[in-house]
Amino acid sequence: MYNFSSLTQSIHDYLASTLSPELTSVVEWTLIGVLLIAFVALSVMGLVYIERKVAAFFQLRLGPNRVGKWGLLQTLADFLKLLMKEHITARAADKFLFNLAPFIIVIAAFLAIGAIPFALGLHIMDINIGVFYISAVSSIGVLGILIGGWAGNNKYSLIGALRSGAQIVSYEISAMLSLLAVVVLAGDLQLSAIIESQADGWWIFKGHIPVFIAFIIFLIAGTAETNRGPFDLAEAESELTAGFHTEYSGIKFAMFFLAEYVNLFIIAAVGATVFLGGWMPFHIGNWEAFNTVMDFIPTIIWFFMKVGFIIGIIMWFKWTFPRLRIDQILVLEWKYLLPINLVNLLVVAFIAMMGWYF
Amino acid sequence: MGGTSFEKRLCRYGKHDFIMIEESTIKEGIKTQEYFVNMGPQHPSTHGVLRLMLELDGENVKKVIPHIGYIHRSIEKMCEKDSYRQIVHLTDRMDYLSAHMNNEAVCLLVENGLEIEVSDRVKVIRTIMSELTRLASHQLWWGVMGMDLGALTSFLYGFRDRELINDIFEETCGARLTMNYNVPGGVMFDIHPNFQQKVKDFIKHFKTKLPEYDDLLSNNVIFRQRTEGIGVLTKEDAISYGITGPTGRASGFSNDIRKHKPYSAYDRVEFKEILMETGDTFSRYKARILEMWESMSIIEQLIDNIPEGEIQSSAVKAVIKLPKGEYYQSVETARGELGVYVVSDGLKSPYRVKFRSPGFSNLFILDHLAHDYKIADLVAMMSTIDLVVPDIDR
Amino acid sequence: MDNESLKSKITAWEPDATFVEEGSQFLNVIITPEKVLNLANKLRFDENMLFDFMFCLTCVDYPDHFMMVYHLRSIKNKHEMVLKVKIDNKEKPEVETLSAIWRTAEYHEREVYDLFGVVFLNHPDLRRILLDEEWVGHPLRKDYVDTVNMISL
Repeated sequence: MYNFSSLTQSIHDYLASTLSPELTSVVEWTLIGVLLIAFVALSVMGLVYIERKVAAFFQLRLGPNRVGKWGLLQTLADFLKLLMKEHITARAADKFLFNLAPFIIVIAAFLAIGAIPFALGLHIMDINIGVFYISAVSSIGVLGILIGGWAGNNKYSLIGALRSGAQIVSYEISAMLSLLAVVVLAGDLQLSAIIESQADGWWIFKGHIPVFIAFIIFLIAGTAETNRGPFDLAEAESELTAGFHTEYSGIKFAMFFLAEYVNLFIIAAVGATVFLGGWMPFHIGNWEAFNTVMDFIPTIIWFFMKVGFIIGIIMWFKWTFPRLRIDQILVLEWKYLLPINLVNLLVVAFIAMMGWYF
Repeated sequence: MGGTSFEKRLCRYGKHDFIMIEESTIKEGIKTQEYFVNMGPQHPSTHGVLRLMLELDGENVKKVIPHIGYIHRSIEKMCEKDSYRQIVHLTDRMDYLSAHMNNEAVCLLVENGLEIEVSDRVKVIRTIMSELTRLASHQLWWGVMGMDLGALTSFLYGFRDRELINDIFEETCGARLTMNYNVPGGVMFDIHPNFQQKVKDFIKHFKTKLPEYDDLLSNNVIFRQRTEGIGVLTKEDAISYGITGPTGRASGFSNDIRKHKPYSAYDRVEFKEILMETGDTFSRYKARILEMWESMSIIEQLIDNIPEGEIQSSAVKAVIKLPKGEYYQSVETARGELGVYVVSDGLKSPYRVKFRSPGFSNLFILDHLAHDYKIADLVAMMSTIDLVVPDIDR
Repeated sequence: MDNESLKSKITAWEPDATFVEEGSQFLNVIITPEKVLNLANKLRFDENMLFDFMFCLTCVDYPDHFMMVYHLRSIKNKHEMVLKVKIDNKEKPEVETLSAIWRTAEYHEREVYDLFGVVFLNHPDLRRILLDEEWVGHPLRKDYVDTVNMISL
């Protein structure tokens, strides 16, 4: 398997040899920043396009196919249009908070992406509390939603924001607890260690039933956290309001939109890393020949395939199921998912102690 | 413990309406106030131009005040200057999803008034067309119901199947929506040679698709939770509010005009009147799905033996004059009982025409049903009552 | 119940009621505005009558009077009739509301008020329903003129 750290190390050595140490750091940070922004921008454009095509496929129609070959430039055209729209701020709105809210939510999304390993050696930070860190920073996004709903001075968007806030805060608990199932088995919070521990098979197979249940719960909780799919009452209450981003127009609205898709990517990436092995190819125990064949496919391709698979499932939910009412959403979390999660965690701890896993 | 005190005050909302609202009770020192939200005349789904003022207490709906009249075209006034043949053309703009049945109502009224018997062929063709229209209307209703509840894909599935019916109409009647195929005395043209085969193919195709509708919505646990037990309409209330159609039948109110006063070819086909007991949103939904099966059964019984006969009765003259008196004819449209009441002076235009539209009576049940439910439930209820606003406004 | 027994029962309650049977497929009962609430109550609740379903409510503008028309059907006894109220006063037409007896009447009466101008006494919420609140005039009357919006052929 190709190790990206050799590439990053050579770039670092080259810079360190030509520039002073402080300047090297600055150049590296700028480089990482630019790459990250470029990656996020491109991936969001791709995700929006894929969502529209997937929706069209389910609905027996074609989707965008005029702008650019196969409609690939559609999202770029939409983005350019949003860029040129007027920024309308209500007179009675709290100007500082109104402008701050989109930034908070985008910052939270970017912070989380920084910790995800895309391939062997390709990550921005490899924190030793990886899983915990990601859960913590994605909670900051709730602030952006609540502030956005409040600052518009619009009672309907405030209601939408409060509903969203309640929903996200509730489902974070389930999402975190389901990740803990694998953490218990792997014995480490660090993401690269979790991936290394899947060198003989992904946890969803090794941890059989409890980890599978945890995966299902993670999918449900993840969809609810990103305000998508059957849990999008706050923004798709189409008769009434557009939710917390009612008052936003132009590029600020685009930032909320972008943050939603980046969050989707993060949920899928974390799910793929923890449950499906991240960049680790599909290995089965110690079948050496099989494993070496699997290793021929580059790790970055493995990662994006798994992320794509989870994103596909989450998109499938959205276009099939009707919406849940807000009280049904909260009941689902507090009365069903949370108890199941806690019991599951106990079972996993027991299994880990007894060694009854592969 | 704080006491309770009510203050009624006059509140002006919008440009035109005054309404008394209670400033909500002062409970335990916390003063709450209800507020108004407008579900404006423009809707994302195809309900039509209906404006609902909702008085909300937090998440719960306290009162629903519908404002209609945005598409009032004074059809009844126009009918006083038009001849009877022209009135037929006005009727299918009322409830455009049951256009054929609206036309049939006026034609039957004229034929019964002049005491003319139309040929069997005309009766059977009219019945087949009515049932196809009913199917098309229910397909659109199903699609919109899914869309209102968030299953956006169902909208396209409903329309996909509806297109097949529209194609059949286009071939025979010349138009897809406002068919104007009925004339007093018969139908305008004979059926297209492909008609029978196309209808049979459609029935065969749709019989495989209707179980898919059940898979997508009826058996979905989220859908069930959103609709079961919501908005229960009792039979006494249904009768008192004059609720006809599947909305009333789901509460156990037997009001199917096709059974009680059969017209056209309904007396020679066998079909069940779908009556359910609970009267909640889910039974209104289920009643329409089962009605689609019954419609297909009626068409199957008739499509193979369309008797021969003349297309237009020769007893109807070019200028129709109904004898002096009053006439009333009701038909069962997809939404309920459409009644046409004509007061005639013996001239070539009626003196007064009144259309008793099913939507007008069914709309105002919303306020009665929606008390203390959430906004999301109100949307579900509104879908199952199946309103077409031009029918309400005429 | 057939028309004859209906006639005899109603005459027993309201001796002044007139009946019309030709020119219509139902039995028409014509009474004056003061008596309508009483008779409507009896029609709704009397054991042999039980007219619980009002399926049409409208008004007709004749040259010298308004005629309110109520079509009634009994679900249990399966008979139908038409109750008509002759309002002779065309300047100030008034009649009692029937919305307490048949709930559907509330909205149909608003429509009649809107388009004809008949005032319903004790109506819970008598406002215009189809037209704008500030509209002047009652369009379905025969003497309604609107030179701006109406085209006469």
